[in-house]
Amino acid sequence: MSETSRIHTVIKSGSKTSLFNFKEIIRYKDLLYFMVLRDVTVMYKQTVLGFLWAILNPFFQVVVFSVIFGTVAGISTGVHGLPYPVFSCLAIIPWNYFSTTFSASSNSLITTSAIFTKVYFPRVIIPLTPVFSKLVDFSISMIMLAGILWFYQYTPGSNVWLCFIPLLIIIITAAGLGMWLSSLVLQFRDFRFAITFLLPLLLYVAPVAFPASKVQEQLGDTVYNFYALYPMVGGIEGFRSSFLQEVIFPWKLVGISGASALFIFITGSIYFRKMEKHFADVA
Amino acid sequence: MLHKETDIAVKVANLGKAYRIGIAEVKEKNLINAILKAIIAPIKNFRKIKSLKKLSSTTEGKDVFWANRNISFDVKKGEVMGIIGKNGAGKSTLLKMLSRITEPTEGQIELYGRVASLLEVGTGFNPELTGKENIFLNGTILGLTKKEIEERYDSIVEFSGIEKFINTPVKRYSSGMKVRLAFAVAAHLDPEILIIDEVLAVGDAEFQKKCLGKMQEVAGKEGRTVLFVSHDMAAVKKLCNKAILLQQGKIIYEGNAVDTVNYYLQNAASIASQKNIDDKLVKGNKKFVITNIEMLNADEQIVQLAESGKDLLLKLYYQVKEKGPDPIVIVKIKNNLEQILFTCLSRNSYNGIMQLQEQGSITCVIPKLPLLSGLYTVDITLKYSQDLTFDLENIFSFEVERGDFFGTGKINADMMNGMIIYHNWKVE
Repeated sequence: MSETSRIHTVIKSGSKTSLFNFKEIIRYKDLLYFMVLRDVTVMYKQTVLGFLWAILNPFFQVVVFSVIFGTVAGISTGVHGLPYPVFSCLAIIPWNYFSTTFSASSNSLITTSAIFTKVYFPRVIIPLTPVFSKLVDFSISMIMLAGILWFYQYTPGSNVWLCFIPLLIIIITAAGLGMWLSSLVLQFRDFRFAITFLLPLLLYVAPVAFPASKVQEQLGDTVYNFYALYPMVGGIEGFRSSFLQEVIFPWKLVGISGASALFIFITGSIYFRKMEKHFADVA
Repeated sequence: MLHKETDIAVKVANLGKAYRIGIAEVKEKNLINAILKAIIAPIKNFRKIKSLKKLSSTTEGKDVFWANRNISFDVKKGEVMGIIGKNGAGKSTLLKMLSRITEPTEGQIELYGRVASLLEVGTGFNPELTGKENIFLNGTILGLTKKEIEERYDSIVEFSGIEKFINTPVKRYSSGMKVRLAFAVAAHLDPEILIIDEVLAVGDAEFQKKCLGKMQEVAGKEGRTVLFVSHDMAAVKKLCNKAILLQQGKIIYEGNAVDTVNYYLQNAASIASQKNIDDKLVKGNKKFVITNIEMLNADEQIVQLAESGKDLLLKLYYQVKEKGPDPIVIVKIKNNLEQILFTCLSRNSYNGIMQLQEQGSITCVIPKLPLLSGLYTVDITLKYSQDLTFDLENIFSFEVERGDFFGTGKINADMMNGMIIYHNWKVE
């Protein structure tokens, strides 16, 4: 008690804000934990299939992608002998994590306004909650990946552990965009509509249905480097490559995307910190 | 000097909060202008939303509204301070700044110690989660750690009295159970500075009693500081050492709790009535307006305070734009817990059919006012038919003073609750 009684808080207008208040977030880490737990518990409540949805959802996507892009459109995987379902599954799973996190996080402030207009806690916990809770779905859908790999008798290379690097890029991007968009959506509800049509566009641009090397072939090196500024390029291509033994891990692509992801994350947290004091007034 | 510093728990200096309010827009006269306006609307909307945030202490203008201004006070460790005032006086804004929900436009607040604020019970309750899960979620939202909740868990469950349903989803709870669980969590926060809004105004009488008891326990503890917003004057008098009275965003009285409450009550009618009537005129439906309300005594003289046991005349000056046959006037008298005590219904008590002019006055005569001392509010309804009904809620509030209701020469004691009913005794 003697230690806590020394807590001294000053509240005033326009007080300086540090980039990321780690001390406070650590103090509220249990809140983040229970918010994530709430998300995970509530998600499949009152469903019959429950967590099976986390497998069924990407499974059907893989089927459709394989038939439409793999067979009908005849898009090559860029790797000789690599079955298209394996190729697309390795992109769809990280993409799903990104898109669900992105939209949940962007709308997070609107949906929780009843809470943050009544109690103070570090607001950044709100858009960060889906970043963690959607990892549960991601982990479950990895079971499906294992199933598909087993079905096609495909053994991943020894570089598999590298997949954590692109995964981290995807997580950072989702968190950064979540902080950006959640505060923008709260102020300008236009962004809500923007997100709904933006997400499919982002999916077409990302190397999900086709290999990133195709962009290099068709549009040249310069465009390819700029292409990598879209963090999902390095994220998805990197994730996929780490599983494929025939492919060299695209360090350059991942590096560019990583830098870009970090940029989004840092600017996102700056913008969020700057705006968070107005949230209760505009909500 | 250093010792004096540590005595202070809350120090508020020159605090102010400004909001932008909408200004009425100019209506377009023709189609071309309307189309032009629609085209430039995005730019205008963008500026409007942008400007919501651009407020500084120098900001002035027609659309700037100061919800609080020049608020300064100190609260010492262990003190319980009440914050009173009419609706719209700025109490909630002050609490929101104190609890860091919204940032002040000017001035500053210093808090010494761990703060917990309760502007609502059960914030963040999720209906799909069980009682147990919600205890942890709600507890962490209110600033406890997992470990702290685990230590208090048994005590919270016991206090709530719903052990049997603790693993049931909250959506299956009755609203009473929900409130009990929520309050149980709140009661175990154990902060050094506690900031609470009218949370006690919810629930039944028994529950309120329990909450008041818990409040007293918190307040009585060594070194606990409490800031308490309430409309319940009895509770403020009972619980608080000191109090501040807010009116239109400013402190108009500061002193010990009893003095402040008395000052408020003596001036309540003048503080309350005119302001509220003005508000209703602006935002109410314009087809039926009450332009003024007068409280008169039996001699038809205007009074500021009603007296228990004396005749009370409520004279309502009205204007009606849309009329129908057979109007019914309904006057509801509510206590400070928003409970309706009695209703004056002209259909039953007025002999004949009321003939309303376009403007005029209606007087509702209540002989031997059966109310105890306290603050009361009035709802007025004019009803022609189901479709043509004008409701004016909380249009007026008035204060009742203790009086000799029974004519026995004895003034009503404070211990009574509810209303006074005329009665006799027979001793054999």
